[in-house]
Amino acid sequence: MAGEFGNPEVIEEEVDILIIGGGMGACGAAYEIGPWVDAAKKQGVDIKVKLVDKAAMDRSGAVAQGLSAINTYIGSEQDPADYARMVSNDLMGITRDDLTYDLGRHVDESVHLFEEWGLPIWKTDENGERFDGSKGMTPLKDGGKPVRSGKWQIMINGESYKWIVAEAAKKALGIENIQERVFIVKLVNDKNDKNRVAGAVGFSVRDHKLFVYKFKACLLVAGGCVNIFRPRSVGEGQGRAWYPVWNAGSTYSMAAEAGAELTLMENRFVPTRFKDGYGPVGAWFLLFKSKATNAFGEVYMDRNKEMLDDYPPYGQAAVPASCLRNHLMLKEMREGRGPIWMDTVTALANLRETLTPREVKHLEAEAWEDFLDMCIGQCGIWAGENIEPEKKNSELMPTEPYLLGSHSGCCGIWVSGPTDVGAPTDEAMDGVPEHLPKGWNWGYRGMTTVQGLFTAADGVGASGHKFSSGSHAEGRMCAKSMVQFVMDNKDHTPELDTSVEDLVAEIYRPVRNFLEFKDYTTAIDVNPNYITPRMLQFRLQKIMDEYVAGVATYYTTNEHMLELAEAKLGMLKEDSLKMRAKDLHELLRAWENYHRILTAEAHMKHIQFREESRYPGFYYRMDKNFVDEENWKCFVNSVYDKETKTWTCFKRAHVDLVDKSKLFK
Amino acid sequence: MPTFVRTDKCDGCKGQDKTACMYICPHNLMKLDMDGSLTGHAMKSFNQEPDQCWECYSCIKICPQQAIEARPYADIVPLGASVQPLRGTDSIMWTIKFRNGTMKRFKFPIRTTPEGSIDPYGGKPEADISKIAESGFFVQVNGYRAGDPSELIKK
Repeated sequence: MAGEFGNPEVIEEEVDILIIGGGMGACGAAYEIGPWVDAAKKQGVDIKVKLVDKAAMDRSGAVAQGLSAINTYIGSEQDPADYARMVSNDLMGITRDDLTYDLGRHVDESVHLFEEWGLPIWKTDENGERFDGSKGMTPLKDGGKPVRSGKWQIMINGESYKWIVAEAAKKALGIENIQERVFIVKLVNDKNDKNRVAGAVGFSVRDHKLFVYKFKACLLVAGGCVNIFRPRSVGEGQGRAWYPVWNAGSTYSMAAEAGAELTLMENRFVPTRFKDGYGPVGAWFLLFKSKATNAFGEVYMDRNKEMLDDYPPYGQAAVPASCLRNHLMLKEMREGRGPIWMDTVTALANLRETLTPREVKHLEAEAWEDFLDMCIGQCGIWAGENIEPEKKNSELMPTEPYLLGSHSGCCGIWVSGPTDVGAPTDEAMDGVPEHLPKGWNWGYRGMTTVQGLFTAADGVGASGHKFSSGSHAEGRMCAKSMVQFVMDNKDHTPELDTSVEDLVAEIYRPVRNFLEFKDYTTAIDVNPNYITPRMLQFRLQKIMDEYVAGVATYYTTNEHMLELAEAKLGMLKEDSLKMRAKDLHELLRAWENYHRILTAEAHMKHIQFREESRYPGFYYRMDKNFVDEENWKCFVNSVYDKETKTWTCFKRAHVDLVDKSKLFK
Repeated sequence: MPTFVRTDKCDGCKGQDKTACMYICPHNLMKLDMDGSLTGHAMKSFNQEPDQCWECYSCIKICPQQAIEARPYADIVPLGASVQPLRGTDSIMWTIKFRNGTMKRFKFPIRTTPEGSIDPYGGKPEADISKIAESGFFVQVNGYRAGDPSELIKK
């Protein structure tokens, strides 16, 4: 029967592996999985794979707009251990070395494929002159020299980065195995094992169809979380989030509801970016050698450098942790020495001194391309404010907080790591719930603590700095281990613990709320019987901003404010059942915002549990405004009980697998 | 910088069931107004939620009629500027107009291979099932960094 609004057609499908998401992690999995499925078939195991994306793969995920750099490329001159050390220090010492090291040894494989597929990668010639990626110079895999804009970053002409990576993924998996514009909103546990995932449900945002998938394994890679905090721009500009506005915390919330253990959900990223447009600063700092100053031209990293000594050893590495760089900048802002400037004028003048006119022209194009490839809106701001970077400096500003598993962020899901790098096989701390694994690996790389549920990219916690390339590589690792998991469980038949009827009722509740009550008032948006997803989002953002260390309080909070936040979020979660959806588009927003609430709640609970301020510059617990290495150099993890709707937080021991003291020699 | 659709250029992708901009928008913002009841302009598309627009320009780049442009965020940016691309198969051209009339034009490469030419597994080996539990991928293109074993202090 054809569906109608409020009464969707239900489509049930059984596959072996479901990939949820279409970004870099999903594309990596879609590429890598084919040959392993073929190999399994030769062993007599047929594996059906499907990918479901809420958008279109050509332009979905965080790389949709493009990128001007690949931020993780190890190169032959560095060791994966160097990468693991850098990530650890940038995230104040608490990361999983097993995961970062493993990513470090795999990631360049994906970069080499991107170049083979057609991604233009900048190169330098023997004289050190830079060329864009269209000049046919030696590929990286054959020893071509990339343009390093930092120790780990290489410059690209990346407007079509995602388009290229998606083309490979779509061809590899087969278009018939890809379902776009279906938003998966909920995982379903197995009827016979509550610690196993058996299915997922979602809906089409185009047709009145609801999809129920059953599977043995799934890869949940639906990005990080944006817009749980009130953004600095609250009008039209609220869409100009630093990270993509469509990342709604779906990865964390769906995993949590399925019972997966989360880690470091207290962590957040507050990037310092060009004000309002949130254009990237990396190339300005690292490639163009620009300095950031206060209103009086003083370089705050020099002026306030003794503040780095308050946080040994993380402030004392050659590159201090990102949060500490914010910490030094925020002092200037709080004490009234703003605005903060990126001194582009001096930087470009210095570079011009040694360049030929041809190179100067190229340099100007490079500066603009940095934005045009990945943050076009920043160009709109420069053009609107008549800013030419060689003539006029630009303001910098720390953004609203973001939750993600990459960049200088490391919240996410606790996953099984590699077995060959010396990771712990037991847990040294008490208090971990009995049903959870003890060590750092439990058989399948990338599997969460829920059987059959895998994650990668922004989903994986305790290991930041993956960026686009690392996310792709992590997806590929999961593809292999999911095939292995399915082969080991080939006789398992998934059974859903909830009836399809109940699932349909739950997912379409916002539609039914609307249809039941819409005629009660004359104004469609003002009705005591329901709340619009938009207003619910505003309420969430107000709570998080004012009580959970948003920009309103200069990123500060304390236990009393968190207690209030907890009560208010509790009521918000109750009220989420009264969200309305007047059409399928609003149903999409309703579920995105439900995912945001759960993610925000996890963030708040973790900050409450960690009785210190581990990430100064990202947030401050003013009642515990110190880093406490003795008691809190550990992971804070949690599990969510979907029946009681409550969180349990606990500690897990941190162990170094590579020697961090090398950073300080 | 929400996108907007020009009434004089949009042809609703000639009556297909969905437009190119609807197909591509990562945030599901573009909508075709079939009968004009939503905008007063039948069979033309529009941005149904401008304050959720990330200004990723995906719709602008894909529109076959060049009917979509962006107007910088009204709550942030002074009026008068525009940034408009023309995306080809191997390069993209940008025209930037400043509020004060200054114009800048740039052209950048976007891809070194013909669109649609990727042969994902061409020339690649089969996967070796005996290695499924080991590190590494089915194919190695000189990018696997085995690492110095002495760096792993707990092994």
